[in-house]
Amino acid sequence: MSPVIAAEGLTRRFGSFTAVDDVSFSIDQGSIFGFLGPNGSGKSTVIRMLCGLLRPSRGSASVLGHDIEREVETVKRSIGYMSQQFSLYADLSVMENLNFYARIYAIPRREMRNRIEEVIDIVGIGAYRKRLARHLSGGWKQRLALACALVHRPRLLFLDEPTAGIDPVARRELWNLLFDLSGRGVTFFVTTHYMDEAERCSHIAYIHFSKLIVCGTPNELKTLPEVTPEATIRLEVRCRMLAAAMRHMNALPYVQDATIFGDSLHALVLAGHERQLVRDLDAADFGPAAAAEISPSLEDVFVTLTRNRDAR
Amino acid sequence: MFRGLTSIIYKEMFHIIRDPKTLFLMLLIPGMDMTIFGYAIDLEVSNIPTAVYNLDGRRDSREFEDMLQNSGFFTLKEFVHSDVALNEAIVRGRCSVAVKIPPDYTDQLVRGGSATVQVLLDGSDSTVAMQALQVVNAIALQKSLSIIAKSLDAPSKPPVEIRPRVLFNPDMKTPNFMIPGLVAVTMQQVTLMLTALAIVREKEAGTLEQLMVTPVSRLGLLLGKLIPYAVIGVLETAITLVIMVGLFQVPIAGSITLLALFSLSFLFTALGMGLLTSTLASNQIQAVQFAFIFILPSVLLSGFMFPLESMPTPIYWLGQALPATYYIRILRGIILRGAGFYDLLPQVIILTGMGIFLLGLAASRFHKTLD
Repeated sequence: MSPVIAAEGLTRRFGSFTAVDDVSFSIDQGSIFGFLGPNGSGKSTVIRMLCGLLRPSRGSASVLGHDIEREVETVKRSIGYMSQQFSLYADLSVMENLNFYARIYAIPRREMRNRIEEVIDIVGIGAYRKRLARHLSGGWKQRLALACALVHRPRLLFLDEPTAGIDPVARRELWNLLFDLSGRGVTFFVTTHYMDEAERCSHIAYIHFSKLIVCGTPNELKTLPEVTPEATIRLEVRCRMLAAAMRHMNALPYVQDATIFGDSLHALVLAGHERQLVRDLDAADFGPAAAAEISPSLEDVFVTLTRNRDAR
Repeated sequence: MFRGLTSIIYKEMFHIIRDPKTLFLMLLIPGMDMTIFGYAIDLEVSNIPTAVYNLDGRRDSREFEDMLQNSGFFTLKEFVHSDVALNEAIVRGRCSVAVKIPPDYTDQLVRGGSATVQVLLDGSDSTVAMQALQVVNAIALQKSLSIIAKSLDAPSKPPVEIRPRVLFNPDMKTPNFMIPGLVAVTMQQVTLMLTALAIVREKEAGTLEQLMVTPVSRLGLLLGKLIPYAVIGVLETAITLVIMVGLFQVPIAGSITLLALFSLSFLFTALGMGLLTSTLASNQIQAVQFAFIFILPSVLLSGFMFPLESMPTPIYWLGQALPATYYIRILRGIILRGAGFYDLLPQVIILTGMGIFLLGLAASRFHKTLD
């Protein structure tokens, strides 16, 4: 089966600034593709190119089998896009917004009602039909935006930071909705800052300073040899006074990296030094210390990869 | 090509209805402007507060006072008894004109000499000062002529007499002159502002970008945003014309059909300016500020209030570059003079050209902002 998105050397320059530099990846149908990266790394620019809002300076991409430059109008008909900021009409009601998008996508009149009821049902916004969009809470606004983006039954949905600024419950509900839709065959391209959201994606790409650093399933990324180099292991360390202990550990010759992670420390140390680390911590009065081997989190993966690249 | 046009227009109607304040303000503007320009601003000067220091006080000097009063230009408000008081009346701003009649006024008239009447004018309002000077000169001249005629025993009619007949606005009423121009100014202001704000609002809210990922065509989007405000612009013009005819009793001498037809070419320029403003501004406050770049010159330099001919050359040409200048000429031509199609053809050709240019420029810029 041909991929839903295939990007080949996608590049976009704004004047002398290169916002997206030679990015290639492909996405299969039904996947939830998480696009990660810090602010200003070029995530939105990639989305905007794939949606036909921006022309690539170089490279090419096809979306649902159509070239994003030559067949942009065909592409637009079968994709949905939810931008970073809330971009529906605040002075229109839920129903009016839905009606408007149904009309814009030229859904036949006799089908319109069913389609609108269908998306209302999916996002569960039925109780607020008559409410003006501006009077909805953040989570409901996102659901309405999703409903509007779904009304033409897109096969591919672009969500640019869909959960920024909404509460944890609404965030979880939105993700459940995405899983549900993904089960129905809709492909998602989601950008996010949140590492826990990245863990939920079926595929992840990480972009840093305009360049794609890595791309794959979460498991593939965690087992990358670069992330946990040969002859090193990742430890979760429990001890007292985490901040001081972290500084102490970073000064030890066999510790490559140590960071606080909640109520413990994550450390990358040379293999065979686990016991010594515990002893050293106890000796420096941070004890009682305990260390256990863990697999890297996605955050560990991105931090390591970014550092490696910066070091090069 | 027009995909999405009707949906955009339909949606735009909701925006207009949901924001009654803006609509109300926009419909209020012509009413307010009409009252201000129609009633309050009267370019004719009358009832100038005047102070008199009459050192003579005899019958002939009283007669001179009466002539001032009866001219209708002066209201004799203060009768003072010293030079200081006379001066003060002007300095304090109570009077704009001060007249000092010398003690030997009657004597000089009887003797056949020359009586010197001193007139002080408040030059800080040049319009009033100029007109007062002209009138007071005319009164003195008239008085002198009648005295000379009497002494020569000649017929009391002057040898040369001017018989003016003012065409088209026989009473020289200010509303007749102002209101047709006002139709142009309000129509431009309302159309320009509403169009610019409607588009900038979508830009600010990010909905414009959202629309660009839908299959709506660019032309459909553009026209969908312009047509509703063009309709409001037409309504606004109709309202101002009705007020003009009904309330201010300024009849439309020429063809209404012609007026409507020619108004359309001006509407295009106003829409073009609104669209242009929206491409220049990135938020609504900026849009309002940019709009004034178009609005202010259109009020001051279009011949709406002041005649273009008396302006310095560069300003004159600036005035010639304003669409409002031509539309005001068309309005005054049709409404006051009853001018026909061929009389106004040059104005309409220029105006239509400007409309095509502005709208074309704005549309191409609009397309670029979407890229």
